[in-house]
Amino acid sequence: MTLSHFIFGNLSFAALPENAIAWGGALVVVGGVLVVLALITFFNAWGWIWRDWLTSLDPKRIGIMYILVSVVMFVRGLFDVGLMRVQQATSVGDAHGILTATHFQEIFSAHGSIMIFFVAMGFMFGIVNLVLPLQIGARDVAFPFLNSASFWLFSAGAALINLSLIVGDFSTAGWLSYPPLSELAYSPTSGVDYWIWSLQIAGIGSLLSGVNFLATIVKMRARGMSYMKMPMFAWTVFGAMVLVVFAFPVLTVTLALLSLDRTLGMHFFTAAGGGNMMMYVNLIWAWGHPEVYILILPAFGIFSEVVATFSGKKLAGYVSMVYAIWAIVFLSWLVWLHHFFTMGAGADVNAFFGIMTAVIAIPTGVKIFNWLFTMYRGRIRFTSPMLWFMGFVVLFTLGGVAGVVLSEPVADYQLHNSLFLVAHFHTMIVSGVLFGYFAGITYWFPKVTGFHLDERWGIRAFWLWLVGFILAFGPLYILGFMGATRRLDHYDPSLGWQWLFIVAAVGAFLIMLGFLSQIIQLVVSIRDRKLNPDTTGDPWYGRTLEWSMRSPAPEYNFAVLPEVTERDEFWEMKKAALPRTAPAYEDIEVPRNSGAGILIGAFATVIGFGIIWHIWWLLVVGLVGVAACIIMRTFDEDTERVIPAAEVARIENMKTI
Amino acid sequence: MNIPVLDPQGPVALLELHVMIITVVLCAIVVVPVFFLLFYFAWRYRAGSPRASALHLPDWDHDNLAAEFSWWLVPTIIIVVLAIIAWQSTHALDPYKPLAADVPPMEIDVVALDWKWLFIYPAQGIASINKVEFPAGTPVHFYLTADAPMNSFWIPALAGQIMVMPGMTTQLNVMADHPGTYAGMSANISGEGFSGMSFTADSVSEDDFDAWVSSTKAGANPLDQNSYAALAAPSSYLPVAYYGTVEQSLFDSILMKYMSASSSMEGMDMGMHMP
Repeated sequence: MTLSHFIFGNLSFAALPENAIAWGGALVVVGGVLVVLALITFFNAWGWIWRDWLTSLDPKRIGIMYILVSVVMFVRGLFDVGLMRVQQATSVGDAHGILTATHFQEIFSAHGSIMIFFVAMGFMFGIVNLVLPLQIGARDVAFPFLNSASFWLFSAGAALINLSLIVGDFSTAGWLSYPPLSELAYSPTSGVDYWIWSLQIAGIGSLLSGVNFLATIVKMRARGMSYMKMPMFAWTVFGAMVLVVFAFPVLTVTLALLSLDRTLGMHFFTAAGGGNMMMYVNLIWAWGHPEVYILILPAFGIFSEVVATFSGKKLAGYVSMVYAIWAIVFLSWLVWLHHFFTMGAGADVNAFFGIMTAVIAIPTGVKIFNWLFTMYRGRIRFTSPMLWFMGFVVLFTLGGVAGVVLSEPVADYQLHNSLFLVAHFHTMIVSGVLFGYFAGITYWFPKVTGFHLDERWGIRAFWLWLVGFILAFGPLYILGFMGATRRLDHYDPSLGWQWLFIVAAVGAFLIMLGFLSQIIQLVVSIRDRKLNPDTTGDPWYGRTLEWSMRSPAPEYNFAVLPEVTERDEFWEMKKAALPRTAPAYEDIEVPRNSGAGILIGAFATVIGFGIIWHIWWLLVVGLVGVAACIIMRTFDEDTERVIPAAEVARIENMKTI
Repeated sequence: MNIPVLDPQGPVALLELHVMIITVVLCAIVVVPVFFLLFYFAWRYRAGSPRASALHLPDWDHDNLAAEFSWWLVPTIIIVVLAIIAWQSTHALDPYKPLAADVPPMEIDVVALDWKWLFIYPAQGIASINKVEFPAGTPVHFYLTADAPMNSFWIPALAGQIMVMPGMTTQLNVMADHPGTYAGMSANISGEGFSGMSFTADSVSEDDFDAWVSSTKAGANPLDQNSYAALAAPSSYLPVAYYGTVEQSLFDSILMKYMSASSSMEGMDMGMHMP
């Protein structure tokens, strides 16, 4: 080994971007980071950022940071969409579009990985951080520091995946990087390693978050809140976190085995040398299918809260809903093989997994009926969260039918890996997961910030998303029937596909305008925050405990910890209209800030970068750094800060905004 | 508009389409009421309408067993019916199961390469690239492997796809009802030239098939280990090509290349592994 190889590993100037579009991506990342750093310096905000945000252990602040990172990653994921849609609309016959085949493949691989791991997961953990402790009457999560470490591991993964835009390339093997294509023999560059390590590091963060929120739900509910009195969102998070705790270790191991193949020349999944690629495909989907429910269950929970609140009614069929959640949690483990019915397994195996998949439609259908009968004899206010719900029911039900069709193994033989499949899972993830999270963010925004999101821009965003979605994915269903497979960078004009790809590109453009409307909505809302304040703390006439305190929710959440006697506790409290007595405030302990979380994230990024480029001394630096942070944190005994009763009383009696 | 999945040209694709249609119709039993109720309730109980205030029942949650039970029962019945269909159709259309026909099936070996399809006719002793020809009305038994990353073999007008993997074999039985030309492709990403991996499936009359075999044989152009090595090197968008003779053990040697314990991707003695 030469000295320069020891110092720089596989890194060389060849790792810089290859063409104009790739340089553009790299410069946007570098420029964006520089602009943010310059602005912070210009406004002299470093102290504030460090104290109030980066080192904060307050789950509400961590939640906001999760959502901000997700929004940034969403921008990148949508840029990828734009490039893919332009490519597929133009690359026909003699024309080869704007991207090389390799670049196109990097982009769809990045799009899928980013949208699932760094957008959907980030929004999910963000919303859970914001809402869950408030809903169950807790002042914090079970392990506040672990929560910060989880967030920074998530951010480290996001940093690595963006670094691949500047230094080196990204996986061309799709968002789940099946071997043997993802093995060294076929993917010799650093691309798949970036994929592995950004997901691995973020995934460990997710696993730790799962443990944390599971412990929070089991151990930190308010006195009197038995499980059957929990708000429905808390139930769905409970189900999702059980899935996280059992599914993410499978991902960790699978990625570790693939990286052993690639880094140390082992043969778990290689084509030759006794490896078995189908083992990988089984393992990755043993994580991958529960992952879908990890994302969708909290969205179901949000819709349950939104429909009940805006219909002014109790949630219909609460007990049914709870059973439906746990049926889904259980069944989600029995369906992974439907992702590869076409592997050539016997008819008994395929039929079993097909039937199990169709069975999931039962609890899901029950949930939809329960939401509809929550609207029955309600007094429905069509705010934008309710519009997202209406759009969700329409699209999700249609996407669900497509899913039941795909659950029939013989139908799947015809539709697997086609654009029909792509359209199906985008329907589930966009109209189910994203619409749910958009509804949730709008719904809980005033609780977190003390002011409302601008409703006009919210409604504009909804219609752009809805119409854009139908135009973007309707053609993909048709293209699937026409025999269009996914991931094509070029096709023959005789197939007659081009006009459908052009319609899909128009739809994608409308979706981007919808996203832009949401950014404008945020800016306008912050600008007009004094015009749209939430002075009551209960702007929607809510039902659950988070609406019982002032907005924005104070750091300690509850000045006096609530005691729960009913489901929909806050609704019942309002009905009973008990006279308000001045409560006796007490000193409240909250966790002190800690810089160890962000340091762990930084060292984790170093670990990832070291392995990706085979810079072994850097790997050692990263590992020692992480270990040192953890050890120092465990010896830090002064981790609590007391907010005196007088200060609590001052905050509680303060006028809002 | 050419929509092969909805316009099947063989018995397998036809039954697969039937299963899709039955499934959609059964799902409609639930979906149509859902859509009706969604918009009806949204209209009837909108805040601001006098009726909504009059009819408002804030504490109604139908926690009664009969209503709850019907919620679960209706979808369950539909899924039970779908499950029976799934069980029967999956067994009937097992891709490995020979198709019923008066004539014996034709064997065709398929190798997915980086990035083209090699079709070997063991009985006829010929081979072709990116084009597979067979008589209409004769069942075809494809026997598939890959000398490349994982691919998926798909002729949508005739039958659903099957994955194709190195060191392993899969099988697919198809039949075309009439003479015709159908598009085929790889449905699973396999690397840079993946988009240029399409092929055509020609079903022709018996006579035309025999004529094609003879003319291919007459064209000579042998496929042996040497010409195979050149062919297997990465390339895509390859034009159709024919081989008049094929080394007999070629398919097995491609398969065995990945199966020996000591094997590596390059530099091994293929001859050692011949059966």
